[in-house]
Amino acid sequence: MAQHKASESPHVSTSTYLKVGLVLAVLTALEVAVVYVESLKGIVAFLLLLIGILKFALVAMYFMHLKFDTPVYSRFFMVGLVLALACMLAVMAIMHSDRAATLLLSS
Amino acid sequence: MNHSGHVEYTATGMPNRKLAIWLFLASECMFFGALIATYLIYQGQSLVGPYPEDLFDIPLTTVSTFILLMSSLAMVLAVAAAQKEDLKQTRLWLAVTALMGLTFLGFQAYEYNHFIHAGLTLSVNLFGSTFYVMTGFHGAHVAIGVIWLSSLFAHTFRPVDPKRRALDIEIAGLYWHFVDIVWIVIFTVVYLLGVGG
Repeated sequence: MAQHKASESPHVSTSTYLKVGLVLAVLTALEVAVVYVESLKGIVAFLLLLIGILKFALVAMYFMHLKFDTPVYSRFFMVGLVLALACMLAVMAIMHSDRAATLLLSS
Repeated sequence: MNHSGHVEYTATGMPNRKLAIWLFLASECMFFGALIATYLIYQGQSLVGPYPEDLFDIPLTTVSTFILLMSSLAMVLAVAAAQKEDLKQTRLWLAVTALMGLTFLGFQAYEYNHFIHAGLTLSVNLFGSTFYVMTGFHGAHVAIGVIWLSSLFAHTFRPVDPKRRALDIEIAGLYWHFVDIVWIVIFTVVYLLGVGG
Protein backbone atom coordinates (compact mmCIF):
# COMPACT_ATOMS: atom_id res chain seq x y z
CA MET A 1 0.00 0.00 0.00
CA ALA A 2 1.21 3.53 -0.80
CA GLN A 3 2.64 5.46 2.12
CA HIS A 4 1.79 9.13 2.71
CA LYS A 5 3.47 11.66 4.95
CA ALA A 6 1.42 11.87 8.16
CA SER A 7 -0.25 15.26 8.54
CA GLU A 8 1.09 17.69 11.14
CA SER A 9 -1.07 18.57 14.13
CA PRO A 10 -2.66 22.04 13.92
CA HIS A 11 -1.09 24.92 15.82
CA VAL A 12 -3.56 27.18 17.63
CA SER A 13 -2.54 30.36 19.47
CA THR A 14 -2.30 30.34 23.29
CA SER A 15 -4.68 33.32 23.47
CA THR A 16 -7.37 31.24 21.72
CA TYR A 17 -6.99 28.49 24.33
CA LEU A 18 -7.17 31.03 27.17
CA LYS A 19 -10.30 32.62 25.69
CA VAL A 20 -11.97 29.20 25.38
CA GLY A 21 -10.95 28.38 28.97
CA LEU A 22 -12.49 31.66 30.15
CA VAL A 23 -15.73 30.99 28.23
CA LEU A 24 -15.89 27.48 29.76
CA ALA A 25 -15.47 28.92 33.27
CA VAL A 26 -18.21 31.52 32.66
CA LEU A 27 -20.55 28.88 31.19
CA THR A 28 -20.02 26.64 34.25
CA ALA A 29 -20.87 29.53 36.59
CA LEU A 30 -23.94 30.32 34.47
CA GLU A 31 -24.98 26.66 34.48
CA VAL A 32 -24.94 26.51 38.28
CA ALA A 33 -26.63 29.93 38.61
CA VAL A 34 -29.67 28.96 36.50
CA VAL A 35 -30.43 26.09 38.90
CA TYR A 36 -30.97 28.58 41.74
CA VAL A 37 -33.02 31.20 39.80
CA GLU A 38 -36.69 30.63 40.70
CA SER A 39 -38.08 32.46 37.66
CA LEU A 40 -36.24 30.06 35.29
CA LYS A 41 -37.72 26.87 36.82
CA GLY A 42 -39.84 26.20 33.72
CA ILE A 43 -36.94 26.25 31.28
CA VAL A 44 -34.06 25.16 33.53
CA ALA A 45 -33.71 21.71 31.89
CA PHE A 46 -33.56 23.29 28.43
CA LEU A 47 -31.00 25.88 29.55
CA LEU A 48 -28.81 23.29 31.30
CA LEU A 49 -28.78 21.00 28.25
CA LEU A 50 -28.01 23.96 25.97
CA ILE A 51 -25.07 25.13 28.13
CA GLY A 52 -23.85 21.52 28.52
CA ILE A 53 -23.86 20.98 24.75
CA LEU A 54 -22.04 24.30 24.24
CA LYS A 55 -19.30 23.32 26.74
CA PHE A 56 -19.00 19.86 25.16
CA ALA A 57 -18.65 21.41 21.68
CA LEU A 58 -16.07 23.99 22.80
CA VAL A 59 -13.79 21.35 24.37
CA ALA A 60 -14.17 19.01 21.37
CA MET A 61 -13.64 21.71 18.73
CA TYR A 62 -10.86 23.78 20.31
CA PHE A 63 -9.06 21.63 22.91
CA MET A 64 -9.38 18.39 20.93
CA HIS A 65 -8.67 20.33 17.69
CA LEU A 66 -11.64 18.89 15.79
CA LYS A 67 -12.26 22.36 14.31
CA PHE A 68 -8.75 22.50 12.84
CA ASP A 69 -7.79 18.84 12.27
CA THR A 70 -8.67 16.57 9.37
CA PRO A 71 -12.46 15.87 9.26
CA VAL A 72 -11.81 12.09 9.45
CA TYR A 73 -11.33 12.35 13.24
CA SER A 74 -14.60 14.30 13.59
CA ARG A 75 -16.42 11.61 11.60
CA PHE A 76 -15.01 8.82 13.77
CA PHE A 77 -16.02 10.66 16.93
CA MET A 78 -19.48 11.56 15.58
CA VAL A 79 -20.16 7.92 14.66
CA GLY A 80 -19.43 6.88 18.26
CA LEU A 81 -21.42 9.78 19.68
CA VAL A 82 -24.49 9.26 17.45
CA LEU A 83 -24.46 5.49 18.08
CA ALA A 84 -24.20 6.09 21.83
CA LEU A 85 -27.06 8.64 21.81
CA ALA A 86 -29.23 6.37 19.63
CA CYS A 87 -28.63 3.37 21.95
CA MET A 88 -29.34 5.54 25.02
CA LEU A 89 -32.62 6.81 23.59
CA ALA A 90 -33.67 3.33 22.39
CA VAL A 91 -32.96 1.65 25.73
CA MET A 92 -34.66 4.46 27.67
CA ALA A 93 -37.73 4.26 25.39
CA ILE A 94 -37.93 0.47 25.76
CA MET A 95 -37.56 0.62 29.55
CA HIS A 96 -40.10 3.45 29.77
CA SER A 97 -42.71 1.59 27.70
CA ASP A 98 -42.01 -1.62 29.63
CA ARG A 99 -42.54 0.21 32.93
CA ALA A 100 -45.73 1.83 31.61
CA ALA A 101 -47.04 -1.58 30.48
CA THR A 102 -46.26 -3.10 33.90
CA LEU A 103 -48.13 -0.26 35.64
CA LEU A 104 -51.07 -0.67 33.25
CA LEU A 105 -51.28 -4.43 33.87
CA SER A 106 -51.03 -4.05 37.64
CA SER A 107 -53.81 -1.39 37.77
CA MET B 1 6.48 3.80 9.97
CA ASN B 2 9.25 6.16 11.05
CA HIS B 3 11.90 7.17 8.51
CA SER B 4 14.91 9.35 9.03
CA GLY B 5 14.32 13.10 9.46
CA HIS B 6 11.45 12.56 11.95
CA VAL B 7 8.81 12.28 9.22
CA GLU B 8 6.11 9.67 9.76
CA TYR B 9 4.63 7.91 6.73
CA THR B 10 1.32 6.04 6.95
CA ALA B 11 -1.16 4.49 4.53
CA THR B 12 -3.85 7.05 5.44
CA GLY B 13 -1.71 10.18 5.69
CA MET B 14 -2.72 10.41 9.36
CA PRO B 15 -0.66 9.25 12.34
CA ASN B 16 -1.83 5.69 13.06
CA ARG B 17 -1.78 6.16 16.84
CA LYS B 18 -3.89 9.32 16.61
CA LEU B 19 -6.39 7.50 14.40
CA ALA B 20 -6.45 4.67 16.94
CA ILE B 21 -7.13 6.96 19.92
CA TRP B 22 -10.07 8.56 18.05
CA LEU B 23 -11.51 5.08 17.38
CA PHE B 24 -11.00 4.23 21.05
CA LEU B 25 -12.75 7.45 22.12
CA ALA B 26 -15.67 6.65 19.79
CA SER B 27 -16.03 3.30 21.60
CA GLU B 28 -15.77 5.08 24.94
CA CYS B 29 -18.81 7.19 23.95
CA MET B 30 -20.78 3.91 23.84
CA PHE B 31 -19.35 2.81 27.19
CA PHE B 32 -20.24 5.99 29.08
CA GLY B 33 -23.50 6.32 27.13
CA ALA B 34 -24.56 2.93 28.55
CA LEU B 35 -23.64 3.96 32.10
CA ILE B 36 -25.44 7.33 31.88
CA ALA B 37 -28.51 5.72 30.26
CA THR B 38 -28.65 3.14 33.07
CA TYR B 39 -28.51 5.93 35.66
CA LEU B 40 -31.31 7.83 33.90
CA ILE B 41 -33.51 4.74 33.50
CA TYR B 42 -33.40 4.03 37.23
CA GLN B 43 -33.58 7.68 38.29
CA GLY B 44 -36.39 8.13 40.81
CA GLN B 45 -36.94 4.35 41.08
CA SER B 46 -35.21 3.83 44.44
CA LEU B 47 -37.63 2.46 47.03
CA VAL B 48 -35.48 3.49 50.01
CA GLY B 49 -33.19 6.47 50.65
CA PRO B 50 -30.89 8.22 50.65
CA TYR B 51 -31.95 10.06 47.50
CA PRO B 52 -29.85 12.38 45.26
CA GLU B 53 -31.52 15.58 46.56
CA ASP B 54 -30.52 14.59 50.14
CA LEU B 55 -26.85 14.17 49.23
CA PHE B 56 -25.72 16.29 46.28
CA ASP B 57 -23.62 19.28 47.29
CA ILE B 58 -23.72 21.41 44.12
CA PRO B 59 -21.24 24.13 45.27
CA LEU B 60 -18.65 21.44 46.14
CA THR B 61 -19.14 19.56 42.85
CA THR B 62 -18.99 22.86 40.96
CA VAL B 63 -15.50 23.46 42.38
CA SER B 64 -14.30 19.98 41.32
CA THR B 65 -15.91 20.44 37.88
CA PHE B 66 -14.14 23.78 37.50
CA ILE B 67 -10.80 22.15 38.42
CA LEU B 68 -11.29 19.39 35.83
CA LEU B 69 -12.27 21.96 33.16
CA MET B 70 -9.19 24.05 33.91
CA SER B 71 -7.04 20.89 33.79
CA SER B 72 -8.16 20.59 30.16
CA LEU B 73 -6.85 24.10 29.56
CA ALA B 74 -3.53 23.15 31.22
CA MET B 75 -3.41 20.00 29.05
CA VAL B 76 -3.89 21.89 25.81
CA LEU B 77 -1.13 24.32 26.90
CA ALA B 78 1.14 21.29 27.49
CA VAL B 79 0.35 20.03 23.97
CA ALA B 80 1.05 23.50 22.49
CA ALA B 81 4.35 23.73 24.40
CA ALA B 82 5.39 20.23 23.22
CA GLN B 83 4.61 21.18 19.61
CA LYS B 84 6.78 24.31 20.03
CA GLU B 85 9.48 22.01 21.53
CA ASP B 86 9.49 24.10 24.72
CA LEU B 87 10.46 21.41 27.25
CA LYS B 88 10.19 23.58 30.39
CA GLN B 89 6.64 24.70 29.61
CA THR B 90 5.70 21.15 28.59
CA ARG B 91 6.85 19.82 31.98
CA LEU B 92 5.12 22.64 33.86
CA TRP B 93 1.71 22.16 32.18
CA LEU B 94 1.90 18.35 32.32
CA ALA B 95 2.55 18.59 36.08
CA VAL B 96 -0.27 21.14 36.55
CA THR B 97 -2.72 18.91 34.63
CA ALA B 98 -1.78 15.80 36.65
CA LEU B 99 -2.08 17.74 39.93
CA MET B 100 -5.49 19.07 38.95
CA GLY B 101 -6.55 15.53 38.08
CA LEU B 102 -5.37 14.36 41.50
CA THR B 103 -7.29 17.22 43.15
CA PHE B 104 -10.44 16.15 41.28
CA LEU B 105 -9.93 12.59 42.57
CA GLY B 106 -9.50 14.00 46.10
CA PHE B 107 -12.88 15.75 45.78
CA GLN B 108 -14.43 12.49 44.54
CA ALA B 109 -12.97 10.55 47.49
CA TYR B 110 -14.34 13.20 49.88
CA GLU B 111 -17.77 13.01 48.22
CA TYR B 112 -17.83 9.18 48.36
CA ASN B 113 -16.82 9.25 52.03
CA HIS B 114 -19.63 11.73 52.80
CA PHE B 115 -22.19 9.67 50.84
CA ILE B 116 -21.19 6.38 52.51
CA HIS B 117 -21.48 7.98 55.95
CA ALA B 118 -24.94 9.21 54.95
CA GLY B 119 -25.91 5.59 54.19
CA LEU B 120 -25.49 5.47 50.41
CA THR B 121 -23.64 2.26 49.56
CA LEU B 122 -23.31 0.39 46.27
CA SER B 123 -26.16 -1.97 47.18
CA VAL B 124 -28.53 0.11 49.32
CA ASN B 125 -30.72 1.27 46.42
CA LEU B 126 -30.80 1.79 42.64
CA PHE B 127 -29.44 5.33 42.97
CA GLY B 128 -26.38 4.05 44.88
CA SER B 129 -25.68 1.25 42.39
CA THR B 130 -25.98 3.35 39.24
CA PHE B 131 -24.31 6.46 40.70
CA TYR B 132 -21.22 4.67 42.06
CA VAL B 133 -20.74 2.53 38.92
CA MET B 134 -21.00 5.55 36.58
CA THR B 135 -18.88 8.01 38.59
CA GLY B 136 -16.51 5.23 39.71
CA PHE B 137 -15.68 4.32 36.12
CA HIS B 138 -15.18 8.01 35.35
CA GLY B 139 -12.89 8.36 38.38
CA ALA B 140 -10.93 5.29 37.20
CA HIS B 141 -10.46 6.99 33.83
CA VAL B 142 -9.18 10.14 35.57
CA ALA B 143 -6.78 8.00 37.65
CA ILE B 144 -5.47 6.28 34.49
CA GLY B 145 -5.06 9.74 32.94
CA VAL B 146 -3.05 10.97 35.93
CA ILE B 147 -0.74 7.91 35.70
CA TRP B 148 -0.38 8.44 31.93
CA LEU B 149 0.46 12.15 32.38
CA SER B 150 2.94 11.38 35.17
CA SER B 151 4.73 8.86 32.97
CA LEU B 152 4.86 11.43 30.14
CA PHE B 153 6.28 13.97 32.61
CA ALA B 154 9.01 11.51 33.61
CA HIS B 155 9.59 10.75 29.93
CA THR B 156 10.43 14.42 29.23
CA PHE B 157 13.74 13.84 31.06
CA ARG B 158 14.78 11.27 28.46
CA PRO B 159 16.18 12.23 25.06
CA VAL B 160 13.31 11.60 22.62
CA ASP B 161 12.54 12.94 19.14
CA PRO B 162 10.55 16.18 19.90
CA LYS B 163 7.95 15.46 17.18
CA ARG B 164 7.33 11.99 18.59
CA ARG B 165 7.06 13.45 22.09
CA ALA B 166 4.57 16.06 20.86
CA LEU B 167 2.41 13.31 19.33
CA ASP B 168 2.63 11.22 22.54
CA ILE B 169 1.42 14.21 24.58
CA GLU B 170 -1.28 15.11 22.03
CA ILE B 171 -2.69 11.56 22.20
CA ALA B 172 -2.74 11.63 26.02
CA GLY B 173 -4.36 15.08 25.73
CA LEU B 174 -7.19 13.72 23.55
CA TYR B 175 -7.90 11.09 26.22
CA TRP B 176 -7.79 13.71 28.97
CA HIS B 177 -10.18 16.07 27.14
CA PHE B 178 -12.55 13.16 26.55
CA VAL B 179 -12.59 12.38 30.28
CA ASP B 180 -13.37 16.08 30.81
CA ILE B 181 -16.31 16.14 28.35
CA VAL B 182 -17.75 12.99 29.94
CA TRP B 183 -17.73 14.87 33.25
CA ILE B 184 -19.42 17.88 31.57
CA VAL B 185 -22.29 15.50 30.67
CA ILE B 186 -22.38 13.82 34.11
CA PHE B 187 -22.31 17.17 35.95
CA THR B 188 -25.15 18.57 33.82
CA VAL B 189 -27.38 15.50 33.53
CA VAL B 190 -26.82 13.86 36.92
CA TYR B 191 -26.04 16.68 39.35
CA LEU B 192 -27.67 19.84 37.99
CA LEU B 193 -30.71 18.27 36.31
CA GLY B 194 -31.03 15.91 39.30
CA VAL B 195 -31.36 18.85 41.67
CA GLY B 196 -32.91 21.59 39.53
CA GLY B 197 -34.44 19.82 36.53
